Amino acid sequence: MKRFFQFTLDNSHLTIRLALLVSIVFAAFVPSLVLAQDTDPIAPTDNEVNAIAKEMYCPVCENVPLDVCGTQACAQWRALIREKLNEGWTEDEIKQYFVDQYGARVLAEPPRQGLNWLVYVVPPIAFLAGAYILFRGVQSWRQIEPDDADVEEPTQDVEKPTDDYVARLEEELRRSEQ
Amino acid sequence: MTEVEEKTVTEEETNTGPKWGRMLVWGGLLVLLTIVALGLKRTQEGPVGPGQEAPAFVLTTFDGQEIDSADLAGKVIVLNFWASWCKPCEQEAADLETAWQYYQEGGDVVFLGVDYVDTEPEAMVYMNKFNISYPNGADLGTRISQSFRIRGVPETYIIDQDGVLTHTQIGPFTSLLQITAVIDPLLGQ
Amino acid sequence: MIANLGYGALVITFIVSLYGIGASFYGVRQNKPAWVNSARNGMLLTFPLLTLSALSIIVLLITDHYEVEYVASVTSRSMPMYLKITALWGGQAGSLVFWSWLMSAFASAVTLRKWDRDREFLPWVIVVSLITLAFFISLNIFVENPFTRLWQLPSGQVIEEMFQPAGSALFFPRDGQGLNPLLRHPGMIIHPPMLYLGFVSFVIPFAFAIAALVTGRTDDRWIRLTRRWTLWAWMFLSLGLVLGGRWAYDVLGWGGYWGWDPVEIAAFMPWLTGTAFLHSVMIQEKRGMLKQWNMVLVILTYSLVIFGTFLTRSGVLSSVHAFAQSAIGPMFFAFIGITFIGSLSLLFHRWNDLKAKTEMTSMLSREALFLLNNLLFIGILVVCFWGVIFPLISELFTGQKVTVGPPFYERANGPLFAGLLLLMAIAPLSAWGHSTIKTLGRAIWKPAIVSVVAVVAVIVSGITNPYALIGFFLTALVITVTVYEYWRGAMARGKRHGENFFVALWTLVKRNRRRYGGYIIHLSMAMLAIGIIGIEIFQSETQGTLSQGESLALGAYTMTYDSLAVFDAPDGRNVARAVVSINKNGKPVGELYPRRDFFYDSQQPMTIPGVRSTIEDDFYILLVDWEEISTSNATFKVYHNPLVKWMWLGSWLFIFGTLVAAWPEKESDPVPARNRKRVSATVKA
Repeated sequence: MKRFFQFTLDNSHLTIRLALLVSIVFAAFVPSLVLAQDTDPIAPTDNEVNAIAKEMYCPVCENVPLDVCGTQACAQWRALIREKLNEGWTEDEIKQYFVDQYGARVLAEPPRQGLNWLVYVVPPIAFLAGAYILFRGVQSWRQIEPDDADVEEPTQDVEKPTDDYVARLEEELRRSEQ
Repeated sequence: MTEVEEKTVTEEETNTGPKWGRMLVWGGLLVLLTIVALGLKRTQEGPVGPGQEAPAFVLTTFDGQEIDSADLAGKVIVLNFWASWCKPCEQEAADLETAWQYYQEGGDVVFLGVDYVDTEPEAMVYMNKFNISYPNGADLGTRISQSFRIRGVPETYIIDQDGVLTHTQIGPFTSLLQITAVIDPLLGQ
Repeated sequence: MIANLGYGALVITFIVSLYGIGASFYGVRQNKPAWVNSARNGMLLTFPLLTLSALSIIVLLITDHYEVEYVASVTSRSMPMYLKITALWGGQAGSLVFWSWLMSAFASAVTLRKWDRDREFLPWVIVVSLITLAFFISLNIFVENPFTRLWQLPSGQVIEEMFQPAGSALFFPRDGQGLNPLLRHPGMIIHPPMLYLGFVSFVIPFAFAIAALVTGRTDDRWIRLTRRWTLWAWMFLSLGLVLGGRWAYDVLGWGGYWGWDPVEIAAFMPWLTGTAFLHSVMIQEKRGMLKQWNMVLVILTYSLVIFGTFLTRSGVLSSVHAFAQSAIGPMFFAFIGITFIGSLSLLFHRWNDLKAKTEMTSMLSREALFLLNNLLFIGILVVCFWGVIFPLISELFTGQKVTVGPPFYERANGPLFAGLLLLMAIAPLSAWGHSTIKTLGRAIWKPAIVSVVAVVAVIVSGITNPYALIGFFLTALVITVTVYEYWRGAMARGKRHGENFFVALWTLVKRNRRRYGGYIIHLSMAMLAIGIIGIEIFQSETQGTLSQGESLALGAYTMTYDSLAVFDAPDGRNVARAVVSINKNGKPVGELYPRRDFFYDSQQPMTIPGVRSTIEDDFYILLVDWEEISTSNATFKVYHNPLVKWMWLGSWLFIFGTLVAAWPEKESDPVPARNRKRVSATVKA
């Protein structure tokens, strides 16, 4: 029965990543290496490993942080982090090692170099441009109807705040009913 | 006074602002659609298929040797993607090694193993377990797998003497016979 | 054959849709209302037809017709009935039918309204709805047919075809692969329908906007007609997002609710523009401004819905949520291209007709603050959009994938969210037309003092993280200002009309439900913010491998590993369930049962956390690993998530607020002019 479905999956348009899926599945169910390696008293703790893994992504389970990914590949990666920590590597060195091995995609953010600068530069520029357009727009609108508001303001200021508020509120409620 | 100003403002907006704006918006839309279209094309393409020229690659083996696909012209290349965490890979590992033993003496076929998203200690255990003797190396930066656009492991690409891809095996080979059936015709040519 | 029936219904719906598009066009061009009426009937006919089609799938699913490929791929014999039904949206093909069905329901409902004063919109609303519908159905008919069956050829080969190939016989697999275990969760039963409801209901405002552009009737009418639709659509979308978060929190086992995953963002983006629209539409209603901008926002929202759906379903983006890669990509792309280019051309065509009538007078007026609000929402949209699109660009230009993950979004959006909170606190106090620093200051000083006191209390309790303090100050300000607005309004009204406070409050809310419902939504957003600050800034975690009887401490909590049992459940799962007792400050507070389910049919595991949830904090335990036979050792990952419950509580308040604002009754549009007077008369009485 299972063979039949492997067949359909491989050949149908669905093209599920069968090989990956199958391996993820098997792997996740087999208790991983973590248990075996806790014996060394000076070994890095799970928390130290997770602190680094939290900010990394394994290509096998895209968009799931390494510290919570359940696949065998990810378990191996965590074991590797542990090993490197044990050898006295720093967090940056470990991350660099993973980048060299598996590419920049393992990092939670693109490294700040080359084309990747665009990621960081475009949103602020776009926001500032938007703010500028808005500012210009509001300015040009204000030119059309000047003074109008400023004339009324002082007279209202003198009045009792509550009454002013009630008047405004009633006015708005009345308008909203129209 | 107010009226005059209003007119100029409106004129300004209709004549300059929106025109530039329109060009910009259309341009932006075009760029966006192009990017998406190219991205879509890429996902729709699937792995590199038979008949296409195989992407060039450089494989750094576990013992530090650099193997450049350009140096292998004139030979049949069997490029196998695998990983130690991949259970289906184990199905074909022994057959691949046997096939390698069989073709090694002729010298016309090169077997290369690309270890995909794997860790070295476990990879070594795996290779010892199946006595793999042909050159193997990690897929540094996942560059090779990305250029072949693999979807998972195991996948095997067989490239002829002219650098053209002749066979794509998605999933494991199920028997030795299946491997030789693809390679033998290439040697007969 | 049920499959043939369902397929037939789909094909007929497609033909009817095409007919309706043509008839509507013809009717409006030749000025023959009979044709438009006929198109309208066609629109109404699509709903029963699609109902029939969807029901056929459901019947096939619950009666184990595994010869139908879709049924075999999403169900299995061991699945309970309710899951077999919900498997309708568990795969690409079925969920597309479900989507079309919902859209047809909405479009039919809107077609049934009284069109007296708006007859010119009708044909175009029909055309837009039917084009969209026809497109989605064509995906089902030509690419993702849920009714294809498995046929065995004489050679023994099994193929998928809709109709029997010569010489072949139906192939009956003994069992199906079963639903993806991640989808076997109560949250998953309502999360997708809510999201889809939100998505498809944005078609209606879009259709009206396009109708307004085509007919040139670009006054406020289309906005008055659609604003409640928009509010409902927005509520469904919001609920879809919240439920998705809840589902992730309960099932995905990463201790969080939101991972800035591309698919989550794809659903979040229309929410951003939709929310911006709900605010800026008020400026158009009150001041007649921003007509162009509102049109842009409606079109953008719908475009983002379609674009997000495309990204998710075409396999362009990879994600935990993504459907399996599919061939619908190119068709979808063409549809998106046509939608974008068509709407943009129309928009530019009418650009000058949409000019504003009145203008801005003060930078602190409520309309100016609404504009700032829109700027912030669009800012967040840009960040999200760019983050989603950039990996595509990078892959195209450098051939290398990159990950744009949570740190990017959090850093870029954090200040923008804070800005939104600040606006939420200030804007309700500012007046339409004009406000000055003075008037604002006079209104805000009392709430500000209360908020400062609240923050001082927080500092005294030992929290010094500056970001958290800013966040708490802003949320406190939102809450106090909003409550103050209620109080002020009710008091003022009570004084003037001699009503007691509660009567005054009641009439106040009743007379402007949209505003006061909106304020309730503001309060719920403040609660959401509290939860988000809690989990984002104060989450802590630890992991450890314990022998039975050993403990692991985190914060005030201690968990003790008591036992672990591995057994087979009757519904085809293998369950590993740990029993863990919890102590807080040394006192026992109960047991938790984190577990790992393994589904035999789909060969997939699922990690279910054990959670103890209180107003103060959540204690969240994952069973990571265990020693197989002896079960003497097990590894647990433990999270302490402060305040996260506020998010879920806030969501309930949010629903309440939206209902207050959107409940159909008094407001002008569905009620003809004659009745309206009567209604407002009764209100006054």
